[in-house]
Amino acid sequence: MTVPLISIQGLYKVFGTKPKTVMPMVKDGMPKDDILAKTGHTVGLKDINLDINKGQIYVIMGLSGSGKSTLIRHLNRLIEPTEGKIIVDGEDVMELGQKGLEQFRRNRMSMVFQRFGLMPHRTVIENIAYGLTVQGMNKVDRAAKAGEWLEIVGLSGYENQYPSQLSGGQQQRVGLARALCTDADILLMDEAFSALDPLIRSEMQDQLIELQEKLHKTIVFITHDLDEALRLGDRIAILKDGELVQEGAPADILLHPATAYVEAFVKDVNRARALTVETVMKPPAHRITTGTIAEALQQMKTFSKDYGYYCTDDGYQGFLLQTTLEEAAKKDGDKAIEQGLFEDLPHISPDTVLEEIIPESMEANYPLPVVDEDGDLQGNLPRSSLAEVLTN
Amino acid sequence: MSEANWLTKFPEMERSDLLVIRKGLDGAYKEFSRSYGEIIEGLFDPLLRFLVWFEKLLVTSPWWIIIAVICSIVYSATRSVKLTIGVLIAFVLIGYFGMWENTMRTMSIIFVCTMLSIAIGIPVGILMSRSNRMQSIVTPILDIMQTMPAFVYLIPVVMLLGIGKVPGVIAVVIYAIPPVIRLTNLGIRLVDKEVLEAATAYGANSTQRLLGVQLPLALPTIMAGINQTIMMALAMVVIASMIGVKGLGQPVLKSITNQYFTLGLFNGLAIVALAIVFDRVSQAYGKRTQKHMERAH
Repeated sequence: MTVPLISIQGLYKVFGTKPKTVMPMVKDGMPKDDILAKTGHTVGLKDINLDINKGQIYVIMGLSGSGKSTLIRHLNRLIEPTEGKIIVDGEDVMELGQKGLEQFRRNRMSMVFQRFGLMPHRTVIENIAYGLTVQGMNKVDRAAKAGEWLEIVGLSGYENQYPSQLSGGQQQRVGLARALCTDADILLMDEAFSALDPLIRSEMQDQLIELQEKLHKTIVFITHDLDEALRLGDRIAILKDGELVQEGAPADILLHPATAYVEAFVKDVNRARALTVETVMKPPAHRITTGTIAEALQQMKTFSKDYGYYCTDDGYQGFLLQTTLEEAAKKDGDKAIEQGLFEDLPHISPDTVLEEIIPESMEANYPLPVVDEDGDLQGNLPRSSLAEVLTN
Repeated sequence: MSEANWLTKFPEMERSDLLVIRKGLDGAYKEFSRSYGEIIEGLFDPLLRFLVWFEKLLVTSPWWIIIAVICSIVYSATRSVKLTIGVLIAFVLIGYFGMWENTMRTMSIIFVCTMLSIAIGIPVGILMSRSNRMQSIVTPILDIMQTMPAFVYLIPVVMLLGIGKVPGVIAVVIYAIPPVIRLTNLGIRLVDKEVLEAATAYGANSTQRLLGVQLPLALPTIMAGINQTIMMALAMVVIASMIGVKGLGQPVLKSITNQYFTLGLFNGLAIVALAIVFDRVSQAYGKRTQKHMERAH
């Protein structure tokens, strides 16, 4: 087990004038509404425990009022917790003094905001360089570095515009560039794409995924949109009323919701778009590994199926039918299996989303072979499994 | 009968007791001004010297240099040829009607009062915006400063410092400073929370937040406060002239007591002209610092 980069341990947040006095009630499990009625204190977060690994996109999702924005603000202590620890890279953020906290915010974490949080009185390039300005970097280096990021997010030529002159999508690109410009290894994104039009939003999601493939940052992403969560997340945590309801890989949450709440949540999700082949496929079977036609026939008979996937040390080679093999065996059973014998059956990659392989799967009469980047057979996808997952 | 008396007549304090209080307070203040008056006057000495120097500068410089300087300030702040020509005409008329020297005196004192108000008011406004306690202490003081009749606080100032320029400046500043304090406080409190949060999230310390985010974003509101402060300072010119401040106020005062309608009108119009110049210039300058607010599409 690797050590997580960020570890949230027993985090509680109570809003009100005297939060400490309310803590015993919270810990006794008194409902949120009763505590509010009795003491006037609002329970924001209750016993949150999370581990976030390096290089992940970790999505925290929940509806409004679930405490997700409160939670993300604890990571860089924009909000002080009532109780609990936040360990980043072995260091307890709660123990930091004012100076230490400022250094931590400057160098370790950067943040992207829902309504962008750009400085209206600074130009685009000055906004991107803001983190560096705070760090005290000189003007020339700052401009050079900010210029690079401006180009990466595709806003070259907008250097000297003011944020109000840009569209929402462009403004958020500036927000993203500002966050990346400080080279912090942790990126906090608070509903970063929620204020954007659907089309622009999915464009931004693509761009984020693309950037992440190059940069391998650790991203904590807040959203209320499950489709977005499933699309971006390596792992997803679901919050409800300040409590963690379920935490796991996206497919896990989709296929095995822990509570009725999560189930209601995932019900309307377009599974064909959210799930990949990998999560649905059957483990590899019916593998033919022998060299000659006769031996292959022999092996095929042990499967009780009339087909097989021919694999060698070099990986998956092709799809074989019993009838073809029998034909060929009549001529010369000792001949090696060769290209000409394979059936015309497409193979699919494990990380394609189901939506894309539906046509192939429907046309084929046999389970499609799933082949990874290295050419190895990872499994197969029968039409029945696909239908089962999509109709469920 | 005596029991029911308090129902019809307010149960007042005994006249003699009141006299004791008044005598006591007056005596104590007189004592105070007698023993500390000179020290306090000494403290204001640099201010007085600056006032005299600045007034002399404006009065003794050739009129065409002054007009050229004012017009170039107006033009560089507003970039408006029309306004600049208007100012030029106004000052030429002021000079032609023989009010040049008084106008220069008034301008010098208004300028000094405005600078003092800004120098004191903005820091106080910043402090107020940072703590609610500070706000709840300062707000009633500002209320008193704005509603207390100016003559009332002129009395102790004159008792302490005599009549002249310095008490005049103090009276004007007391009357004119509240808007700049109030609007600095308001402007900073109205700064978009998310922008401020963004600055904090990137590790800005409180100085960086104040100078880099809060003050620049509050600037339009602060400029409105400064503008109001200037207008109120001009409104005090006549009252200040009662305690010996020379300028456009004195002829106005003279025309009240002697019923010189035309003299009063001319000097009044000169004050209005000054007010318009100060107002337009400060507003145009405030707007020009906000050019990022214009939308391109």
